[in-house]
Amino acid sequence: MPPLLEIKELTTVFDTNRGRIRAVDKVSLSLQQGETLAVVGESGCGKTMLALSIMRLLPPNGSIIKGAVTFQGQDLLKLSSEEMRSKRGGDIAMIFQEPMTSLNPVIRIGEQIAEAIRLHQKLPAKEAMDLSIEQLREVGIPEPERRARDYPHQLSGGMRQRVMIAMAMSCHPKLLLADEPTTALDVTIQAQILELIDELKKKNNMTVILITHDLGVIAQTADNVAVMYAGKIVEKAPVDEIFARPLHPYTIGLIDSLPDGGEGGQRYLKTIAGSVPGLYDLTPGCRFRERCSWSFDQCAAVEPELKEIATGHFAACWKTQQKY
Amino acid sequence: MMSNPLVDIQKLDKKYSLPGGLLNSGDRIVHAVNGVDLQIRKKETLGLVGESGCGKSTLARLITRLEKPTSGVIKFQGVDINTYDKEALKAYRRNVQLIFQDPYSSLNPRKSAAVIIREPLVIHGIGNRNSRRQAVLNLMEKVGLSAEQANRYPHEFSGGQRQRIGIARALILRPELIIADEPVSALDVSIQAQILNLLKDLKEEFGLTYLFVSHDLNVIRHMSDRIAVMYLGQIVELADTKDIYNSPLHPYTKMLLSAVPSYDPQKKKSRAAIKGEARIQSVQGCIFQNRCSYKLPVCLERQPLLKKIDEERFCACHLAGAIK
Repeated sequence: MPPLLEIKELTTVFDTNRGRIRAVDKVSLSLQQGETLAVVGESGCGKTMLALSIMRLLPPNGSIIKGAVTFQGQDLLKLSSEEMRSKRGGDIAMIFQEPMTSLNPVIRIGEQIAEAIRLHQKLPAKEAMDLSIEQLREVGIPEPERRARDYPHQLSGGMRQRVMIAMAMSCHPKLLLADEPTTALDVTIQAQILELIDELKKKNNMTVILITHDLGVIAQTADNVAVMYAGKIVEKAPVDEIFARPLHPYTIGLIDSLPDGGEGGQRYLKTIAGSVPGLYDLTPGCRFRERCSWSFDQCAAVEPELKEIATGHFAACWKTQQKY
Repeated sequence: MMSNPLVDIQKLDKKYSLPGGLLNSGDRIVHAVNGVDLQIRKKETLGLVGESGCGKSTLARLITRLEKPTSGVIKFQGVDINTYDKEALKAYRRNVQLIFQDPYSSLNPRKSAAVIIREPLVIHGIGNRNSRRQAVLNLMEKVGLSAEQANRYPHEFSGGQRQRIGIARALILRPELIIADEPVSALDVSIQAQILNLLKDLKEEFGLTYLFVSHDLNVIRHMSDRIAVMYLGQIVELADTKDIYNSPLHPYTKMLLSAVPSYDPQKKKSRAAIKGEARIQSVQGCIFQNRCSYKLPVCLERQPLLKKIDEERFCACHLAGAIK
């Protein structure tokens, strides 16, 4: 089966007063229908910009200079802005970390969802409102008829995220981009929202790109994982593989630095020395080499590309590629 | 069995009144801290865990006397801190220091690292120019900053380094008690591990006592000797770290632990029992009744008090010990 979404060598740059930076650098990914792909990385690694590039919602100083984003056989980058607008919120929907900034504070939530339905499905107002209430019920909002008349500030953070999901789901998207959807939520609310996304995904055979920094969330929800570092994907594998046999030293470092509180608890957590390099001061060679205990001459000379090390398991590391 | 605690909190209450809305008559009362009894022992790390709005930060602020309680007593080394005169209060503030969550907003952007770290010495009139400078440089080295960074400004540092500055500022007065309010929540995973290791080292070197406030159950487990679980202003469970994690007694503790996503993709957790939201309610009985799967008739009538289950275990649940 052809993939639902295929991203090839996507490169997104930002022009700033300190020069041009590559926030997303030659990223290639492919997703089958019904798959959940998690993109993990630390702040500034480019994971949000990757999602915004797919949606073509980049800030004004950002532009995609290279690559293709093929969705159901169609390159999204070649669509007119008109055509792209009907994809957004239609076949492709997105939810964000902080629902309060994505909802209009002065419009009742039922009306906000109904508006999306009216625009994409060309339905009369009354029917759109009925569907909107149905959508709220679907995402587990109690008493949806009454709640539809609430303003966003009258809802808790968890309920607001449910509203965002209801809005995203209202036009039955095939692809959902979820950017840190539970990061602002308490852990018991997070569990409920993850459960909801999972349920909706199964019911609608939806494909999900989940962007997160939380490896626990990934372990519990993803089928496949892509690890991003300074704009590049450095490792890509099925979720079981990533946790059982991480191959890139950065992924290994990330997993080792988690306080998993094993019996008695270890005295020290393993750490990754240093911090993420700024995208302004990138030098040739591997971007991780200055924090890496494996690095050797080749790492400074040439940047490693993703290479399949085991079936379905890719890593961009010279040492790893040498070992296997 | 134990000597006098460093901090002894008895029946502590803090109420805030929120002004009523346009058509509401009277103010709404929020009971942020509700009848808390808690001891912090010398040289231990007491973890305080709970979700947003549970009152953990208010409790921390009350202990620092940034706010005054509505009623109840906080004793430090046996003396009620509300009876302190100006001198005693100043000494107290030297002894109790805070580390904040956000290393971006808690450092003055117009002051260099050295000036920020030195400031408490100046305020308390300790030492002279030379000795202060020496103390700052010593401490900078201890928290992993170099002397040449002394004259840099906060924006020149990464998040992890800023948190190191915040830690150095907290330690410069050689306090007994450090209240760390979500000290690593704003940091990336790989940096989080560095700061947690540093906090452990400093505790040993300076013989510190920590009140470690966090919503992250993995972090709190890694750091704490004992843990207090807070829910809607009340301590619902208090025990040794291993007991909390191996055999939680309170249904809320159980729910919290089951909501933490496991890092093992093979162990998919059931999220079925996690329901509801913490809601402030002026009902009779247990504050957790609307989310509890074990609720009995008595739970709707009487509020369970924190009671001793055995030597080191306390739980506020009518069913404590009876739930599997």
